[in-house]
Amino acid sequence: MSGKLTLISSATASGSASVEFTSGLDSTYDEYVFYFVDINPATDSESLQFQVNASGQTGYNETITSTYFAANANEAGTDANIAYVTARDQAQGTAYQWLTSTQGSGADECSAGELHLFSPSSTSKVKHFYSRMNHYHASDYSADSFCAGYINNAASAITEISFKMSSGNFDGSIHFFGVS
Amino acid sequence: MSDWKLLNTSTASGASSVEFTDLTGYKIFKFAFVDVNPATDTVLFEFNASTDGGSNYNVTKTTTFFYAYHWESDAHSGLGYITGSDIAQGTGYQTLMRDVANDADACGTGELYLFNPASTTYVKHFYSRTSTYETRDSIEDSHIAGYLNTTSAVNAIDFKMSSGNLDAVIKAYGLVAT
Repeated sequence: MSGKLTLISSATASGSASVEFTSGLDSTYDEYVFYFVDINPATDSESLQFQVNASGQTGYNETITSTYFAANANEAGTDANIAYVTARDQAQGTAYQWLTSTQGSGADECSAGELHLFSPSSTSKVKHFYSRMNHYHASDYSADSFCAGYINNAASAITEISFKMSSGNFDGSIHFFGVS
Repeated sequence: MSDWKLLNTSTASGASSVEFTDLTGYKIFKFAFVDVNPATDTVLFEFNASTDGGSNYNVTKTTTFFYAYHWESDAHSGLGYITGSDIAQGTGYQTLMRDVANDADACGTGELYLFNPASTTYVKHFYSRTSTYETRDSIEDSHIAGYLNTTSAVNAIDFKMSSGNLDAVIKAYGLVAT
């Protein structure tokens, strides 16, 4: 935990295609954090993802370079590992960034975690982020996923952020805080 | 109110365990461990959860454990997954710190996050990062995560050493009131 948290807004997804925060991401704070609670996809084996939009632009399609690794262990006790996952990182890509791998969509299956975003209002530096999520993998694994990277747009402020599954709708709540 | 709310501070002095038996009112809980010092050398700091108010700490869980380590002597360092410290659908206590030294100046610290324990729909995810002064005079930076595989509400949590008593300060916080 960094400093004092101030709740900016909360969103509850219920069969939602996406959750977007289009206000509150500004110069008020140097750090923002999003907490994810009980993210349950409607479609099995889909992933929670995010992208951002820069001020004065359209679409969630900023350039991202990122890393992704995870520790995984299955319920059967037959497989456990930690590994870098090249399929979940980006190299100057504009796609939504993976925060989890393939989540289970069972009635009791979900993910939870946090995403930190730093200095989104900067107009001179890239914008860094990191996350940690634990999720119930579609193949009955516990997956502790770490993602980090930067939004490679130094000139424009990031003012909007979108969360969605890689396909299909989802349930859950997302809580948006400023850190001071 | 939106910041982390300090719910309870427990100061253990030669205690066999530290329990928190009210995990209601918030969607996210955080437990901060300060100066965890065991009475017995080379023991584990660990936790379990309860669905019956603390009568039984035996919730089924599947977990992961990886760590980075470095000896004071500089003889060893590295990063790795520890299969002996994870749990696959077991009900035992989950290790948060390995082989904690009991020297007078040795201790471990860290945090544990627990999400929506009151849910009666979903499994309950948790993750933790701890820093341990380990018996071999080394630092262990441990990352633990998993889910409590129950749809019953989890309403109590217990922290203890694998053997013997402990000194520690453990603080419980809540975030996002329900």
